[in-house]
Amino acid sequence: MLEEFTLAEALKRLGKREISALELTEAALRRIEAVDESVKAFVTVTSDEALAAATLMDAKRLSGEEMPPLAGIPMALKDNLCTKGVLTTCSSKILANFKPPYDATVVELLRAAGAVMLGKTNLDEFAMGSSTENSALFTTRNPWDLERVPGGSSGGSAAAVAADEVCFALGSDTGGSIRQPAAFCGVVGLKPTYGRVSRYGLIAFASSLDQIGPFTKDISDCAVVMNAIAGYDSRDTTSVPLASQDYTAQLSDGVKGLKIGVPKEYFAEGIDPDVRHAVQKALAVLVSLGAEAEEISLPHTDFGIPVYYLIAPAEASSNLARYDGVQYGYRAEADNLLEMYKKTRSRGFGSEVKRRIMLGTYALSSGYYDAYYLKALKVRTLIKQDFDEAFEKFDLILTPTTPSTAFKAGTVEDPLTMYLNDICTIPVNLAGLPALSMPCGFVNNLPVGLQLIGKPFAEATILRAAYAYEQHSGLAKKKPSLCGKGVPQDE
Amino acid sequence: MKLTGKEVAHVAGLARLEMSEGEMEKFAVQLNAILEFADKLNKLETKDILPTAHVLPLKNVFREDLVCPGLERKEALRNAPEEEEGMFRVPRVIE
Repeated sequence: MLEEFTLAEALKRLGKREISALELTEAALRRIEAVDESVKAFVTVTSDEALAAATLMDAKRLSGEEMPPLAGIPMALKDNLCTKGVLTTCSSKILANFKPPYDATVVELLRAAGAVMLGKTNLDEFAMGSSTENSALFTTRNPWDLERVPGGSSGGSAAAVAADEVCFALGSDTGGSIRQPAAFCGVVGLKPTYGRVSRYGLIAFASSLDQIGPFTKDISDCAVVMNAIAGYDSRDTTSVPLASQDYTAQLSDGVKGLKIGVPKEYFAEGIDPDVRHAVQKALAVLVSLGAEAEEISLPHTDFGIPVYYLIAPAEASSNLARYDGVQYGYRAEADNLLEMYKKTRSRGFGSEVKRRIMLGTYALSSGYYDAYYLKALKVRTLIKQDFDEAFEKFDLILTPTTPSTAFKAGTVEDPLTMYLNDICTIPVNLAGLPALSMPCGFVNNLPVGLQLIGKPFAEATILRAAYAYEQHSGLAKKKPSLCGKGVPQDE
Repeated sequence: MKLTGKEVAHVAGLARLEMSEGEMEKFAVQLNAILEFADKLNKLETKDILPTAHVLPLKNVFREDLVCPGLERKEALRNAPEEEEGMFRVPRVIE
């Protein structure tokens, strides 16, 4: 089954001409046709463009040209990444008809690398949520259990990779939006260091926290995709001018002598005991492979969520001010400009987006700025200092990615309860660090995510430890029940 | 309650949102719950702590002042809800 190939496997076979890019793309499109009615990962499928791009790659290969590194590999993009001439909705009514006039930098880079885009994937509206239930379009389903959510906000990208609809996908992570769905769907998801991947063309949610990263079927694929997307970009002034590096180079170096800090706050009462157990077992494996582990404390962990839910909405309220019905997107008819703004925004945004705009506007408003926004920025400093101190002694920090496995759709109604889902991932964004989630076991046939957090720009160290663990666990090979057993009916 | 119904209406106005009474009440309850949760931060003394707005040590980032090709007018207007004579058209601003 071609669609089950990892990126590396597909590249190998393409290189030997055992398969063509067209066959690979056709197989992926057939897979989408077969399962996406149930999984609902895709907002838009770009079949014609994909078939044309694959055909072009095959022609290049036949003519003996040197092939770019991802030539012919089918992939999907979260629908908050701008794609020239292709709908980019943010799963919001306000951008339902928006076709960007340019490609995001990561999209340019993937096109240049020869990857074939099969379409755009569902998210919580404007990336605000942990389940895709805030999508204005529909809720994506978890391939391991269609009654459950895939996580969010990049739930569509995670589910598409888990269900073998694409070889890899990109998402964005502001408070856990790559790692949490990767954990729920049993795939690999990496949030790179803030500044490592250009955000140009990523529709902004919270600019000091947002970062683009890959979803893949295994760790070495993650390294390969990072090679294609990481790097400096003058169009993103927060992108960092560091030399490019080969993330695959150190994969096999092992973990001997690697110092792993295990923060006790991430194993406290809010964490499901089965999740805790699976993560502790993964730690034991790394230790058996030669890593050194020690319990540490990150004392301000508990303040991560309140800090995040002041800073992220504050930045969002400013970023989302641009949706005013003037230049693009939805416009409501009204007699005067102010009414047009209000009606456009009130009808165009869903309730979670409005809630965060309101919260952010309040936190930034005169009289409350110091008490909420400034206070949050100061506590952010304390959270970052916790990590800085830990990384003076340790190479990696190991935690669960989420407090529980995937929950059932429609069961978390209170916004605050939903926010608590990101308790293990949010501090990482506040500190701007790289972190990866990978499967480390199963509870009731639902994947558990292991989170590895690294020093700034030390993605290679994370990937090295992750690779060592993956070789030992063999979990990357495990497929959701959806695969190979026919398609279960939705609802 | 930290936020009264009246304040919710004021904030909605600042954010250019309008909502029904019912929506306003629901928001007041939810926003209050979140703000009360945020009160946790007051347990920490932060008088001498510098704020972190951004993790990178960035100041202003400048580039050379060079003329580069920008978006063509036609492209820029392609997504416009309404246009006229090569410009974005909006409802009347001044009564």
